[in-house]
Order: sequence, then C-alpha cells, then structure tokens
Amino acid sequence: MPIQYYIYFSLALFSIGIIGVLTRRNAIIVFMCIELMLNAVNLLLVAFSKMHHGAALLNNATATTGVEGQLFVFFIMVVAAAEVSVGLAIIVMMYRNTHSVDINFLNRLKN
Amino acid sequence: MDTIQILFFSLSALAIFSAIMVLVSKNPVHSVLWLIAVFFAISGHYILLNAQFLAIVNLIVYAGAIMVLFLFVIMLMNLNSEGEPRKNWWMKLAGVVSGGCFLVVLVSLVKQATELSGKAALMKTGDIGLIKNLGKALFSDFVVPFEISSVLFLSAMVGAVVIGKKD
Repeated sequence: MPIQYYIYFSLALFSIGIIGVLTRRNAIIVFMCIELMLNAVNLLLVAFSKMHHGAALLNNATATTGVEGQLFVFFIMVVAAAEVSVGLAIIVMMYRNTHSVDINFLNRLKN
Repeated sequence: MDTIQILFFSLSALAIFSAIMVLVSKNPVHSVLWLIAVFFAISGHYILLNAQFLAIVNLIVYAGAIMVLFLFVIMLMNLNSEGEPRKNWWMKLAGVVSGGCFLVVLVSLVKQATELSGKAALMKTGDIGLIKNLGKALFSDFVVPFEISSVLFLSAMVGAVVIGKKD
C-alpha cells in the first residue's frame, strides 16, 4: 500500500480532531478529539516504521529497522493513559465547582 | 483490487465516518461509542500492517481502559440527558473552515513531496511488530524510558487522586 494513502488517512483523522477541538464546547468531547489526533499520529508512525522496515529488508533479510517507531507508539500510549487520568480528574473538579463542563466558563484566567 | 486494498479502504471509511459521528452526535455517550469504533478500525489497520502487539495494546488500553474511564466520568456527571447549549453557527463554520484549510494545505504538501513517490508500507509481512522483537528492543535500548514511564504513571496517579479528592 503506498505510503501516501496512510498520510492522507491520518491527515483526515487529525483534521477531524482539530475541527472537533475548535467547534465543540463540551470539555469531554474536546478531550476525546485530542485522543483522536493522538491515534492518527500513532497510525502514521506505525506506517512509516513499516515503510523503513520494507526498505531495509531489501538489503538485509534480518534487519530490525523500524522497531523504534513502534516503540514510540507504545510510549505515546503510555503518556496518553497518564494524561487521560489527570485530565478527567481536572474535568471532574471543574464540574464540581461550576456544575457544567462548558469550556466557555473557564475564562477566569482572563480577569 | 486485492483483499488488502479492500480491507484498507473499508477500514479507512469506517474510521473516518465514525470520527465524524463523534463530532456530530449530541449525546456524549454516543460520542464515546463512536470513538470506540474508530479505535477498532485503527486496530484493524495495525493488524494489516502486521503490528500485532500494538493492535492488542490499542484495544486493551484505548478501547478498554481509557474509554471506560470516559464513560464512567460522563455517567458520574449525568450529562447524557442535557444537551449542549447552542453556539453561533458562524463560529462552527469558522472552525470547520480552518480545519479544512489545514487539511488542504497538508494534502497539497504531501502531493508535491518527491521523496515519498514510490515508497510503500510493507503490508502483512515483516516481523518487527511481534512481541519478541519489540520486547528485545524495549528491554535493551529503551530500558531507561521504560523505567521513567513508571515514575510518570506514579505521578499521574498521585495527581489524579490529589486533584479529584474533595477538599
């Protein structure tokens, strides 16, 4: 499969995530769109890792080029799990204070 | 058109349709369920690329743990009945236009890139995605980041408890 197809698909998912962050006001859905963008990047990292692995296999049949890309995806998933736990705790705290998850109420840093 | 291409395009269409449904559905619970569909489609892409470990980890961590956390928080807040307040339609239009401009600029950039012409991702063969090879690399070259991530998890756990507790 040509690598351009993977790039276009990941760009489409990433743009949908950006549109969601810009248009929705529910903080939880904004957070889910950030997860969507992270997954688009993960898929593209795996596709590039397989691209480099395929290029290295032509020269050396036992090459392990491209393992780093998949490990980066693994670490991105680790960081995303930690981020989600802290972020959802912040959203719960915000709901407890304002009884809403509308991000337009979060403008107190302005004043 | 062989099987790989049919699977690729159907999984891509499923993922993009579900991602759009995440945005347009009013009920947050429906958004979470559509996002789980996106994660399943992306796991299917990982299996097509023979990244089996990442496919399973994606299902377990994202579709299993993180989405359950989202659902739990939504049900804790009892948000599923109340609708989102209306927003100016031109603000939404501005968001869609700016996101579309981003997409168009990057797609045209990729179309012009000569380095990418003729490159292809290796489908359904290659064994770097197996647990054996990933584990060897993880515990030899990437031991220090692996251990640091445990500290990150500990701090995230402490942070979630401290932020979430009633004061």
